[in-house]
Order: sequence, then structure tokens, then C-alpha cells
Amino acid sequence: MQSRTVVAAVIFTALALVPSVATALNQSFYIDVGIRILIFAIAALSLDLILGYGGMVSFGHAAFLGIGAYAVGILAYFGVHNGLAQFVAAIVVSTLAALFIGAVSVRTTGVYFIMTTLAFGQMLYFLAVSMSKFGGDDGMNISSTSDFGGWLDLHNPIVLYYTCFCFLLGFAVFSDRLVGSRFGMVLRAIHMNEQRAVAIGVGSFRYKLTAFVISGAMCGVSGALLANQALFVSPAIMHWTRSGEILIMVILGGIGTLFGPIIGAVVYLLLESTLSRITEHWEIILGPFLIIVVLFAHRGMLGWIAERRRAPTK
Amino acid sequence: MNGKLLAALSALCLMSSTSYGADTVKIGLITTLSGPGGVMGRNHRDGANLALEQLGGKIGNLKGEIIYADDEQKPDVGRQAAEQMVKQDKVDFVTGVIFSNVLLALYRPVIDSGAIMVGASGGPHEVAGEMCSPNFFSASWQNDQAPEAMGKYMTDQKIQSVFLMAPNFAAGRDMLAGFKRYYKGKIVAELYTNLNQPDYQAELSQIRFAKPKAVFVFYPGGLGIQFIKQYAQAGLQKDFPLYSVYTQNETTLPAIGAAANGNFETGFWSPDLKNPANVAFVKAFRAKYGYMPADYAASSYDAVNLIDSAVKAVNGDLSDKKGMIAAIKQAKIHSVRGDLKFNNNHFPIENFYLFKIVKAADGSYIRKEESVVLANHGDSYASKCPMK
Amino acid sequence: MNINIFFLLEQLLNGVQFGVMLFLISAGLTLVFGIMNLINLAHGVLYMLGAYICASVIQASGSFLVGVAAAIVGSLAAGIVIELVTFRPLYRRTHLDQVLVTFGLTLFFNELVRIIWGPTALYAAVPAALSGQIDILPGAPYPTYRLVIIGTGILAAVFLYALVSYTRIGMLIRAGASNRVMVEALGVNIKLLYTFIFGLGAALAALAGALAGPILAIESGMGNGMLILALVVIVIGGIGSIRGAFIASILVGTVDTLGRTMLRPLFATFLSQATADQAGPAIASMLIYLLMAFILFFRPQGLFPPRIR
Repeated sequence: MQSRTVVAAVIFTALALVPSVATALNQSFYIDVGIRILIFAIAALSLDLILGYGGMVSFGHAAFLGIGAYAVGILAYFGVHNGLAQFVAAIVVSTLAALFIGAVSVRTTGVYFIMTTLAFGQMLYFLAVSMSKFGGDDGMNISSTSDFGGWLDLHNPIVLYYTCFCFLLGFAVFSDRLVGSRFGMVLRAIHMNEQRAVAIGVGSFRYKLTAFVISGAMCGVSGALLANQALFVSPAIMHWTRSGEILIMVILGGIGTLFGPIIGAVVYLLLESTLSRITEHWEIILGPFLIIVVLFAHRGMLGWIAERRRAPTK
Repeated sequence: MNGKLLAALSALCLMSSTSYGADTVKIGLITTLSGPGGVMGRNHRDGANLALEQLGGKIGNLKGEIIYADDEQKPDVGRQAAEQMVKQDKVDFVTGVIFSNVLLALYRPVIDSGAIMVGASGGPHEVAGEMCSPNFFSASWQNDQAPEAMGKYMTDQKIQSVFLMAPNFAAGRDMLAGFKRYYKGKIVAELYTNLNQPDYQAELSQIRFAKPKAVFVFYPGGLGIQFIKQYAQAGLQKDFPLYSVYTQNETTLPAIGAAANGNFETGFWSPDLKNPANVAFVKAFRAKYGYMPADYAASSYDAVNLIDSAVKAVNGDLSDKKGMIAAIKQAKIHSVRGDLKFNNNHFPIENFYLFKIVKAADGSYIRKEESVVLANHGDSYASKCPMK
Repeated sequence: MNINIFFLLEQLLNGVQFGVMLFLISAGLTLVFGIMNLINLAHGVLYMLGAYICASVIQASGSFLVGVAAAIVGSLAAGIVIELVTFRPLYRRTHLDQVLVTFGLTLFFNELVRIIWGPTALYAAVPAALSGQIDILPGAPYPTYRLVIIGTGILAAVFLYALVSYTRIGMLIRAGASNRVMVEALGVNIKLLYTFIFGLGAALAALAGALAGPILAIESGMGNGMLILALVVIVIGGIGSIRGAFIASILVGTVDTLGRTMLRPLFATFLSQATADQAGPAIASMLIYLLMAFILFFRPQGLFPPRIR
């Protein structure tokens, strides 16, 4: 627990310093990279909640990212720029979608869960492709960032950065509490042995569904933030490969660690932005890297670090 | 630990930020280099490179540098590439962009950054109309223009009915809108296919059953290769003559060859145009790259020359955006298309020709110039652009 | 749009042709999944490799048949190497690990193909003898090449059926799909069996890729979309079932094709044209996923679940 707190403190301190460093180096572009990292960290964190603690391998999580982004985009299209309305809409719609998708898919297990979430992700993807009013395949430009009155100007990258930072911090603390609570214990118990949990009188469906909905809503918020960063939304945001990327971030960082996925998002997106500057064929490096991490670092990078730290003392 | 992270982070930032003096003109070329659109992007890249090489590596009298990015034919990827170019590389000019949906996605970030953009392909109606900007020029076309010419030609030929097909994205919709603006006969059906759809067999069956007098399509680059090959395989060629824009050109003809023989295409340029600038360009291009240039190479070549004329006009003072914009508007270059003028919306006023696909002496297929269908033709959205 | 019975028949045939392609890819996927309990997202890579190798060899040799043969051999070799190097340690791991490793393999091979063959799409020509049309009904010509694809796919299905039903190796495959542990306990060299099955799947996927080359654009990542559809097919069909994969492939192929061409005119009969123009293509693109969710809701193990688990 002690080392977890230290790791968390280090991560968040480092993240908090990014805008100052970027400004000092006169490379404001890195604030944009940072914002994307924070947003995907939220998405990865939300996925880890159900993946790491509920054993639910959602292969359609990008759908919630898309729902959140389209909620902002569509409201902006109709002239509703009020940030509160947009974020509430993003949360409500992604909650409802998660409730529906979860109600169908949480009953299934193993590969059938993977495939059902993938199917719903694809349905929403094609729904977005066919919404010609909102750009269809071409996507839509969003005319301005969410309007929170005078006190929060998301158009300013530094303000947006710290907004995303606060969301991430809030969600991390919330998730940490949640998995430590009775609810989290039950969820983990179900994950470890569902039959036993059911036998001692726990309605597993209800718990798993609740976790799925919380996760979906959280991911919806990251989508709304992403819409504010990109000021553009297209169906590509919910392509199945995007769902795969979020999964990768969780695994890279360490499944079931909450802070691991944040590191995973940092590493993945930094790899992407630096490797892609060095060679256009950066995926030929990323692919084997991923394989090695999965095959040799069972619990992701955070797990690997933890093992290294523990080893000498024992 | 904290210090280490910070140090690593700053090292990372330094690694990718290279400092340039003000004596370099940086041109960002965003185009589609992968997938079916890749044949067009290659034209963009080689056309721009040839222009820079002929200018002795100089833009204006400064050192010229072209930075490339592949948009993978995806709007979101193009937008991210554009943001990186204007914010990190701090380019002075942006050019390229094959696909109109990619242009629409990256237009705002580029224009808002103050960079001057000279588009070398897709010209969506939004950018020609309400969204027009002093900082944007098109060295190519507005999407509706070429299909307007084809609509007029097919009306003049008294072709009574036509079946329309295009991919469902910004340019596809513009192309069919332009065609319908000038075509007076009967539209049997107007069919949009998914942009990433690889197989058109189901739609080809629909054509046979709809029995139109002719078929008009827009399937650019690799999409066109797929479409026309499948069209020929289905045996539709002899019953339903195929007319197209940006489909049967030098990017696709090497692959489709005989399947397109005798078909018609309209456009602003072909390697067959006889003006001296073009004859020299086609010769130099073929000698250097070993393949026949298409429209995209021509517009990309012109775009770099336009940029050069702008930098020359302000004597290398890259901060004088107004001066550079005014210079481009003059269009004082020997365009390979012949006469080029810019409209109030910074889109070209140019000739649109009828081309016939014929077999050349060397056995390859080319687009032979038949006639001028619309001379000095401006686009239909200029009046919606508030610029004067 | 006039809808008549011939039009419907032709569209059905188009659907079957698409379905047959799906079957060639799904067959290997479902066997690997059913018997080795391995989710192989890299299966689409073998389809892509098949298409690339076939196109290159056609260009070099001028012969379509040589190209197809080379594609099968090449992908088979690639498949066996992949199996030996990365899958052996992966069989005992969780599905999640398998998804990620094979996703990593997909990234690697998609990029490798871009390096070897360039980012621009390749195109193969239809062999001259097959480039014409055959009248399937009087006045209804159909591309010969597509009929060949249908024929090849059905032949492959018959071959697989015979292999699984009447040979010793087929018996082991069936036994493996029902109870893997028992087969191993009986002293069968399960590792060799795994390699054989994986190679068989790779060869079939390569055949599909080689056949697709002359119709479609050959590009990096072309296997991704097909892989997702193949996953849908094997889940609908029941994991591990060749028969299920065949029926589900044809089902998915025809439903997708008919949806694409029929929904819009169908909706127009009771909705306004504008609504039909919107809703038709929208529902059509989601149709097979709706189908899958629907089937899984009523039959959570697919249409033909393996009997014992």
C-alpha cells in the first residue's frame, strides 16, 4: 500500500508539471500530447475497473469514448455549447448505453463477452458512419469548446490540461475507494470464483452490471474531454482498433492496478508520438514490444516494477 | 525519481524539436500515402519534389524544405498530422490533401494557425463557399467543376438516362451534386457506397437491372481500380458505357488498361495538354520517376510554384502574409494547365476538358484531349464566399 | 428500383460468394479456437499474406495457378513459424493475453507488409480464361471468376467435411474439439496436431486472400475487416464447428449483401424516401452485428455448439 501511494504521487506530480516544462521549452505541442495522454488514461482507468477487478474483457470500450464525444459534438451542432449540459448529456447517454450493452453482455462470459462487446461497439461505429447529418464517415468539426461561463476556458490548452488532470485524479481516487469498498470486494470475489459468490448469496449480475455502467460513464466523460481537445469527432473514435489500443494501455501498465493503466497510457502515447517521428513504420516496433510485455511481464509494467522492488529485500 | 522523470521528459521534448533559422521555408505536405489512395499521394509527393528540385531547392530565395505526413485517408489522422505540423514543426505553408473529408477536418487548425494553405486536390464546397478564407488557395479544383463539365457533355450528347455512383463522403456527394447541376436527362438512381467498401458486386447487379443508358461514377485512385475492374468483370462495359471524373486517369489506367478503352472522363488537366509548360513537366516527371503523372502531380507541382512565387514577391519576408496571399492571387506562374486565374474564393477559374481513353503508340493507355467542355469555368459556390 | 425474382437470385448469389470467402477464413479460425482454445486475431494476417504473395508471384511468373500455390505454401510456412514461435507459449495463457499478443502480431505483420511491398495498394489481374461472364440464367450473365470462387469455397468445405468425418486426423480434431485434455491423456502428440491444424487454417486463409486479390485492392490491413467478420461468423456458428462456420458464413454473407441492396427499397415501401435513404444503409451496416447479438441472446453458444465441454 505504501509503495502504491508513492507511485501514485510520483505519477501525478510528474503529470502536473508537464505544462510548465512544455512552456519552458517553448513546445506547446506537448501540452496537446499531454491532454491526449490524460484523456486516454481516464479511458484506460475506466476499463481497468471492469477488466482488472471484474474480469470483463470489454473489446468495445471505445464506443463510450465515441458516445461522450458525439454528445458534445451533436449538442454543439444544435448550438448548445453549455458545458454542464454537454457533460451531463455525455454521462447520461453513456450510462444508458452501458446499462443496455451491459444488460445483454454481462450475462455472457469469456470469449462471448469479448465478442458481444465488440458487436455493440461495431453497431455504434456503423451508426455514427450512417449519421450523415453529423458528418457520417467524414466526421464533424466542433465549432467551439464546452462553455463553462467565464471561469473555465477550455479553449486555453493549459486550462484544458488541468481540467483533464483533475478529472483523472478524481476518477483515480474514486476508483481506488470503490475497489476497496464492500462493492469492490464482492466484485473481486465474483471475478475469482463466480459460482462460489453466487452460492454465498451474491447476485453477481447486479454487481457486474453496476461496475460496467460506472466504467462506461467514466469513459463517456473522457470522450467529452477528447471532443474538447480535438474539436472534431468522427466514427474512427470508436473503431475496434481504438478499443484494442485502450486494452493495450491497461495491459502495458498492469491490469488491476488502477495506476498502471495511467502509466500504460503515458507509455503508449509517448511511444506513438516519438516513434512515429523517427520512423513511419513505428508499429513494427510496437507490435513485438507488446508481445514481449504480455509474454514476459505478467502484470504489466507496474507489476514488473513492483516485482523488481520486492526482489532485493527478500 | 521525480527529477529523473522531468529530465527524461525534457530530453524527449528536445529530441523532437529541431531549431531552424528564419532562412528556411517549411512546406508541410499532408497526403494519402497508404492504402488505395496511395497512388494519388505518390503523385502529390513526386510533383512537389520535382518542383522544388527545378527551383534549385529554393523557395523564393530561401532554402526550401518539404515535410511529409501520411493521413492514411482518415480525417482524424490528417487533423492530428496538421496540428503537429503547424504547432511543432511550425510550417509556413501547407499543401497536398487528396481527400475532401480530410481537408474539412484539418482546415480549421491550419487556417487558425496563420499558415497559408495551397490545396492540391479535393475542393469541398464548404471551403469554396461559407468557410472560405484568405489563407486558403486551391491549386486544383472545386469538386463540382469537373462533374459539371461531364453533366453538360452528356446532356449535349443526348444521353437520356444515367445511373450515378460515388463513395459516401464529402467529395462523392459534391461530385454527384455538380453532375446533376448540368445534366438534364433522367437520373435512374443515385447510389452512395461506403468509402471503405472493397467490393461493389451487389451494386453492379443493381445497375444491370436498372438498365440506364449510361453510368457516371467518381471512384478516385485505388477505389477506381477496384471499381472498373469489377465493372469489366461483370460484363457491364458493353451495355452501359462508363463516364467518370478523377477515376480513369494515369493513377488507374496502368492497372485497368483495356477495360477503360474508349471511355470518357472530364478534368482540368491531362498529360496530353499541349502547352509548353506541361510538355516540359510531363517529360521531366517521366524521366525522373518513371511513370506517367496524373492530375494530383500537376496540381502539386503548381502549388509549390505558387508558394515560390509568393515568397519571391515579399523578398523572403515570411511574416508578410498579406503580401504572399496577394502574390498567390495573381497566379503569376506558368501553370501546367495553361491559363489559371483565381476566383474571389481563391479557387481556380480554369478550362475543363473532355478526355477520351485511348491506346498510345507505346501500348499504354492515356487520356487524350478531345475538346474544351467548359472554358474558364468558375465554381458554383464563389458567390457564397464573403471575400471579394 | 424494380425488384424482381432474378434480381433477388443474383443478389443471393453475390451473398453466397461473399459467404464462401468468409468461410475460407473462418474455418481455420474456428478450428484453432475450438481445439486449441486460442483466440487468434492474427488470422487476418494470413489472408493478407496470401493476397500479397499471390499477386507478386503472378507478376513474376505470369501464372495465376502458380500464384495461388505459392500463396498457400508461403502462408503455410508463415503460419507454422508463427505457431512455433509465439503460440506455443500462449496456449496456456488467458484469452486476454492471446488477444493482445495476436493483436501485436497483426500490427507487426501489417507494418512488415508495408515495408516489403510499399504502402500503396497492389492489384492483381483476373486470369484471362476466367475474365468473362457465364449466363447463369438466360440473359443473366455472372462473372466467371466469382463462380470459380464459389466453386472453390464449396470444394474446400467438402474437403474439410470429408477430412473431419472420415480420416484419422479428423477423428482427432473432433475429439480435440470435444475434450482436449482427454486426447492428450490418450497419448496423442497434441503439439503436432496443433501445428497441423494451424497450418491447415493458414492455408485456407491464404487461399481466400489469393482468390480475393484479382477483385479487391491488396493493401496492408486488408485482413482486419475480414477478421472481425470471421469472428462474428465463428461465434454465430458455434466455436469449433466447421459445419457451423459454413452455415454462419453463408448466413452472414447473404444477410449483409441483401441488407445492403434490399433494405433501402424495402423501407421506402412504408417510410418516406428520405427516411429510407437514411435508415436503409444505417441498419444494413449494423445488420450482421444485430444478427449476432440476437443469436447469442437465444443461443449463447452459437448455432452449433460443440457437444461436450
